[in-house]
Amino acid sequence: MEHKNWNGFNAGRWQDEINVRDFIQVNYCEYKGDGAFLASSTKRTDGLMDKVQELFKLERQYGGVLDIDTATVSSLTAFSPGYIDKEQELIVGMQTNRPLKRSVNPFGGMRMVRQACEAYGYKLSSKVEEEFRYRTTHNDGVFRAYTDEMRQARKCHVITGLPDAYGRGRIIGDYRRVALYGVDKLIEEKKKDKHALSGEAFNTENIRLDEELYKQISFLGYLKEMAAMYGFDISQPAKNAKEAIQWTYFAYLGAIKEQNGAAMSLGRVSTFFDIYIERDIKNGVLTEEGAQELLDHFVMKLRIARHLRTPEYNELFGGDPMWITEAVGGMGEDGRTLVTKSSFRMLNTLYTLGSSPEPNLTVLWSTALPEGFKKFCAKVSSDTDSIQYENDDVMRPIYGDDYAIACCVSAMKLGKQMQFFGARCNLAKLLLIAINGGYDTTSGIHIGPQMPVLDGDKLDYDTVMERYDIYIEWLSRLYVNTMNIIHYMHDKYAYEKIQMALHDTDVERFMAFGIAGLSVVADSLSAIKFANVQPVKDDNGFIVDFKTSGDFPKYGNDDDRVDLIAKDMTHKVITELRKTPTYRKAIHTLSVLTITSNVMYGRNTGATPDGRKAAAPFAPGANPMHNREENGALASLNSVAKLSYDDCRDGISNTFSITPEALGKTETERVDNLVSILDGYFAKKAHHINVNVLNRETLMKAYEDPEAYPNLTIRVSGYAVNFHKLSREQQREVISRTFHVAL
Amino acid sequence: MIGRIHSFQSLGTVDGPGVRFVVFMQGCPLRCGCCHNPDTWEFSGGEQYTPHEVLKRIVRFKEYFGSTGGVTVSGGEPLLQAEFVKELFELCHKNGINTCLDTSGCLLDGSVKELLKVSDRVLLDIKYTNEELYREHVGCELSDVLEFLKILDSEKIPTTLRQVIIPTLNDGESDVMQLKAVAEGVACVDKIELLPFKKICSVKYGQMGIPFRFEDFPEPSAEQMDRLNILVKQGAL
Repeated sequence: MEHKNWNGFNAGRWQDEINVRDFIQVNYCEYKGDGAFLASSTKRTDGLMDKVQELFKLERQYGGVLDIDTATVSSLTAFSPGYIDKEQELIVGMQTNRPLKRSVNPFGGMRMVRQACEAYGYKLSSKVEEEFRYRTTHNDGVFRAYTDEMRQARKCHVITGLPDAYGRGRIIGDYRRVALYGVDKLIEEKKKDKHALSGEAFNTENIRLDEELYKQISFLGYLKEMAAMYGFDISQPAKNAKEAIQWTYFAYLGAIKEQNGAAMSLGRVSTFFDIYIERDIKNGVLTEEGAQELLDHFVMKLRIARHLRTPEYNELFGGDPMWITEAVGGMGEDGRTLVTKSSFRMLNTLYTLGSSPEPNLTVLWSTALPEGFKKFCAKVSSDTDSIQYENDDVMRPIYGDDYAIACCVSAMKLGKQMQFFGARCNLAKLLLIAINGGYDTTSGIHIGPQMPVLDGDKLDYDTVMERYDIYIEWLSRLYVNTMNIIHYMHDKYAYEKIQMALHDTDVERFMAFGIAGLSVVADSLSAIKFANVQPVKDDNGFIVDFKTSGDFPKYGNDDDRVDLIAKDMTHKVITELRKTPTYRKAIHTLSVLTITSNVMYGRNTGATPDGRKAAAPFAPGANPMHNREENGALASLNSVAKLSYDDCRDGISNTFSITPEALGKTETERVDNLVSILDGYFAKKAHHINVNVLNRETLMKAYEDPEAYPNLTIRVSGYAVNFHKLSREQQREVISRTFHVAL
Repeated sequence: MIGRIHSFQSLGTVDGPGVRFVVFMQGCPLRCGCCHNPDTWEFSGGEQYTPHEVLKRIVRFKEYFGSTGGVTVSGGEPLLQAEFVKELFELCHKNGINTCLDTSGCLLDGSVKELLKVSDRVLLDIKYTNEELYREHVGCELSDVLEFLKILDSEKIPTTLRQVIIPTLNDGESDVMQLKAVAEGVACVDKIELLPFKKICSVKYGQMGIPFRFEDFPEPSAEQMDRLNILVKQGAL
């Protein structure tokens, strides 16, 4: 197939099939230099950004939510067009008719919407209430099917954060397809797929797929209507860089108008855009300044994307992030780097627009990346604390070279794989439940197999492990079955029509399980094994505390005796999970990621044998517990690097805070040393790292005077947050984390 | 061969080029007033390791060293255990790891000379450029250190000359000029590093029940350090 808007592109298979990767491979131009070519922001960009900053300020003053339209249910065409400044914006499109105004989206669940409105002084309109009175939401469906045991597991917080009350998210549409092919071609292909089904047996799977294809096609039509409201016809391929970015953004915008999933990630667009940008520059119709301006205006739109959440949700996640994750860089399967000038331009938005948690810029790091890019990333990290890094050398062999990251650390092939998000279970609490024979001391709930409380004056490692295994087996089965219900119902009542329309019809699915409290469990088991742990019982004979005497190896010191306990634990959990079949034959995966909920998990967990007090926060993700690292930063990194990505395919998150002084004396040294640290960590096959280069004192000042630091951004666990949006308890927890300092 | 080691630091970025694993040896014959590691003084302290055991720890970090980093042996005074450090450095070289020696240069015997042959870089901490201050605040002779520097020069070992700047003792412009003169007198010095005197170690002295003799000296300001550093850079080094 040919199209006039493709003039100047190299021919390839991408013309005959939906294949964005092939288009990129035959057309992109790798860039191995440094960032010296980059342009700064234009006056127009600065003017717009001033307006956006004003709006952010207002939003803060209004307690975090500027405005809610309580009468209009969000969908692609529900709102008339909205602008920051219509004359000045190069990339247009908004979720509602005004910036930062939030809409209601009850498809995932009515209760959350109602509560969110009320929390900010609004009332959900009776019109919406009436509309949904006879409709089943995802949340309704799930709770119809939940068993008593599932409800209890949820109630006692041994499994939490499940996406059973709002959109599940963690699905990335291949938004680039709209720019490359235009919507008409995509509809045509989906119609072919639907037609092809007519020759198949009409069993449950195929009937479901057939209806899903109908929905996908119909929503692609709405997407065209949505763009038309802004004056654009996106039925045909984009003809220049501006259109490519605009078309791609419209596709993403359609997705976030339709869905309020927790994580609504963007994918991997920079190098795709680069092909259009370089074509325009070559044709003399775009300058470097103009290219940066286009990306700036696009990113500005991503920064004002919002979903309506409850205050409890915000407290859990440190604000109201959308995890608009953009994967930047990486290597190609043919050995060329996928770094282009637009990879730099994308990171450069942290300078042109200032640092920011969104979009969640994620560098796919390979030791083979060009030095110029590595150094640029390290510099941006030191300057802005807004980048995370993930190991391309570990993921590329599994996902190829056109994968992206959903949320924080979940890799998936763009347009070919999706995941069923499943939050996490609390392994530390489970250990306590096991020791207590099926009783949770913090909630007073009896759950799981019922047996006697462990006996004796001293906890015996083998006895504890034997007991723990029984409960891991029990919880794993319960966890998979709970997830099966959630995702069955989400597909049934809140299917992602636009996002799935931007996937191949035959999609591969992951079911993403997670664990919290890994370092607490590792250190607790180490204490039981190497020190003396004496259980302390309450009047009812339940173990509520521990007296631990003697020294024991602690995770985070590159000590195999305990690090391997952590590694074995992840292996054990994923092995148990795999024993229970999943909905739609999804592949079981596991993450070690808590986001900021490590504070909440800790709050709901009693004292543990490692010496952690009841209700004290866990370390985030796969991090060692705060301030237990005694051999310096690299020893801590080595411990985390031992966790196997084979067992934890949904990602292993590590957050690393270091003071500038500890990285080196001069800026050049700091940049070079950070590059060495990243190269070393990833050569050890580690998966992920958040890098913060800052002083504890800066955070203390921001804690005392949040207003003075409105834009202070820090990486937490798999994403970044505005420090001021964290709860006071989370702020204290972040401050108490290990800062690797110069001696 | 057994060495006494005070501690390890897996991420060192201020003691030698690049990212370095730092081994702090136990025991020091000097008693510098500005010392921030009084816990490394006693030779009887620390833990005992063989060079192989230390190497095993170091190689776990090899991936982080890149093209410029490696291992730095500091202390304490590593020259006191020169044979041990030499064996460790030889093992490092066999494993492709760059070696750096952080020393006061107060000792010079046959085994020290052997150690220097396997040191890729030396960080020579020259406390003062004045004999009297050396006698009063260090406990060895300046001439010993200058003799040590001569050997480094004849062995052509790349050397970083370091000095802790202590206001009123050695923070004058003439002090810095003298330090520069020492550096310019030999070909091996390719870098001068001025380190600000810090009193954060005062707590450690308190815990150990040892008087911190430099308690009353002020810390230099950042501005003063900047000024002295500019002085170091100006003029041909």
